[in-house]
Amino acid sequence: MTSLALPVGNFRTGEARTCDTTGLPVCLHAQRFIKLNAVCAVVALLVGAIGAILLGLTRWPAVHLLPADWYYRVLTLHGINMLIFWIIFLEIAILYFAGTTLLKTRLASTKLAWTSFLLMAVGAVLTNITILQGTADVMMTSYAPLQAHSNFYLGMILFAVGALLGVGNFFACVWIARRDKTYQGSMPLVAFGALAAAIIAVVAILHGAIALVPTWLWSLGLMDAPDAGWYRLLWWGIGHQSQQINVCAMVSTWYLLATLTVGAKPLNQLVCRSAFVLYVLFINIASAHHLLVDPGVSAGWKIWNTSYAMYLAVLASMIHGFTVPAAVEVAQRKKGHDRGLFGWLVKAPWANPGFSAFFLSLIIFGFIGGITGVTLGTQQINIIAHNTLRIPGHFHATVVGGTSLAFMGLCYYVVPLIFRREYAARALCRLQPYLFGIGIVLVSIGMSFAGSYGVPRRHWDVEFSGAPFAKGFDSGAHVMLGLMGIGAVLAFVGLLTFILLTVHAVFLGKRNEGRAMTAW
Amino acid sequence: MSIHQPPDDWFQAPHGPERVWIGLALAWCLILFLMMPYWHFRGKQNSTGEAYRTTPAEFAERVNRFIDANKVGEENGVPLVEPAPGSDIYLAAQMWRWYPALKLKKDQTYRLHVSSLDVQHGFSLQPMNMNFQILPGYDHVLTVTPTQSGDYLIICNEFCGINHHLMTGRIRVEG
Ligand code: HEM
Ligand SMILES: [Cu+2]
Ligand SMILES: [Cu+2]
Repeated sequence: MTSLALPVGNFRTGEARTCDTTGLPVCLHAQRFIKLNAVCAVVALLVGAIGAILLGLTRWPAVHLLPADWYYRVLTLHGINMLIFWIIFLEIAILYFAGTTLLKTRLASTKLAWTSFLLMAVGAVLTNITILQGTADVMMTSYAPLQAHSNFYLGMILFAVGALLGVGNFFACVWIARRDKTYQGSMPLVAFGALAAAIIAVVAILHGAIALVPTWLWSLGLMDAPDAGWYRLLWWGIGHQSQQINVCAMVSTWYLLATLTVGAKPLNQLVCRSAFVLYVLFINIASAHHLLVDPGVSAGWKIWNTSYAMYLAVLASMIHGFTVPAAVEVAQRKKGHDRGLFGWLVKAPWANPGFSAFFLSLIIFGFIGGITGVTLGTQQINIIAHNTLRIPGHFHATVVGGTSLAFMGLCYYVVPLIFRREYAARALCRLQPYLFGIGIVLVSIGMSFAGSYGVPRRHWDVEFSGAPFAKGFDSGAHVMLGLMGIGAVLAFVGLLTFILLTVHAVFLGKRNEGRAMTAW
Repeated sequence: MSIHQPPDDWFQAPHGPERVWIGLALAWCLILFLMMPYWHFRGKQNSTGEAYRTTPAEFAERVNRFIDANKVGEENGVPLVEPAPGSDIYLAAQMWRWYPALKLKKDQTYRLHVSSLDVQHGFSLQPMNMNFQILPGYDHVLTVTPTQSGDYLIICNEFCGINHHLMTGRIRVEG
């Protein structure tokens, strides 16, 4: 049974419990919204995953599964469900957790949380229906003046407003925690990272509103078409900054999982926190790297914004890329895993899916994602990479192998700790992060190299058959597309395994109320 | 612990390997910061973003005038034009064609004006693999000097509707 004594904090009777594993307080209202948002996230992940395998098998020329119209439709569906719905539903869940449990406070407003959740859910459903009806084949970027049905934009706007309200609830939690002095001094590091993500989210969503509201009015015939160049500038104001939200949320998840899995402590809190501040300060203008080969923005503007702002944000990632594994190393050595240079790493709990997902995420994001990102963001290299498959090759290492994998690792703790249900088929759980990680690395490498042969992204036919002029790509490009296809199958199996294991655990898993979760 | 409040004295300068790493990372970032403008002046291929305001109707008219003045034939149903070296040359992107086909002289410099007559498109020259964004309303000017003769393919790499993958064009360079 749940312990009856109220945990420390500002909770009202019957509205909180003490976590049987970590001893932290859990606000029961917040817990409900963590559950609701996490469930929606996994549903979106499933929709996106079905899209993923269809796309992977279409871009693999030897298979070329979907017809052209469905390829473009599913591409829109996959991008939006993965990048927006899966990731943001889960991030809002993280904010409910960080804003209440870590700050030992109750949820600021249940009404606001309901409004936020319903808006997001209705928005997501509306957008998905519009896409599947075939009236919004415009890709997630919906670059004007290519036009979708107005419900597509309306759905996105509702979703964004809902997310903004969720972020507002987080700020309100921080405020009442300070007012009620539920914690003294500075907030925990993970909450600080979440705060950084929340601040960037506000700026991002404002850009999104300026881009999408006029576009929506235009689709209703109430306004002239937005200017194509301005649309791109504003759209990337949300498109790029949301990636920084993802990075903040992912890095916070790394710190959290490092603590939960090996008991790691940050070495120097000032360093970790300053790195989060760098993200907040320098990321917005770096979105210029999406416009490196655009007309209408000058070379000086491109160089200035993509070098000064981007590299200081990169610096932040370089710092976390050091402090996170260093914290793990110190914790491991303290436990006596002290042999040689890498004994601590060899002896790490690789069979704990929370740990393996976290550490693979760190490696994939840091090495593949980071290196490709910095390379693509230079002016000259962007000329040979813009809109080729090198771009999805890059972000399947950052937001998929990085953020999504870290979030999966998080779920291996969220389900036992918040849903209070245990995962079954534990051997399969232990295998899952590797399956997905290896698969997505192959996808990323295959896409990146195919792209360097010039193979475009968002393109149904690399043979151009039926076009007025045609010349296929080098056979090397086909090998790389095949590699991507094989990776896609592996990653899909890994992803589906995760979804099935998680859905099973949430609804049918063994309850663990009243005792600590079964250690991984 | 990252999930608990930090000790009161957390505000401390880094030391040891952490400090060294931050120094190295910062130095590396500063080097990259200088590389970017350096390559702009040193490198031979830049996207300067040179562009002028236009409208699809006005641009279409300029393209048609350009074709009328320089047409030398037709290729796969697309007019083939051979403009004077050094001149301003035009290419229209339209669902779903690149129009007209261009015949250029090796080692001559041209000012290539590209714009869209409808939605956004992606100018992608193959197999050179050079890519530029093409927007309606923007006359995007690329200063080009072909240095190798041969037939080049222009593909579209910005999604522009259902037949996007059929949108191809031609640049022929003769020596
Ligand atoms: C099983 C895992 C996955 C596989 C095999 C996969 C595969 C693919 C493929 C083949 C494409 C099409 C590229 C193109 O033709 O241009 C694509 C696009 C994309 N994917 Fe994934 N993906 C996976 C998971 C994810 C996840 C988890 C996310 C986000 C969190 C994601 C975000 C995207 C985005 C944003 C696009 C671009 C859509 C567009 O161009 O508009 N993917 N993916
Ligand atoms: Cu096009
Ligand atoms: Cu196109």
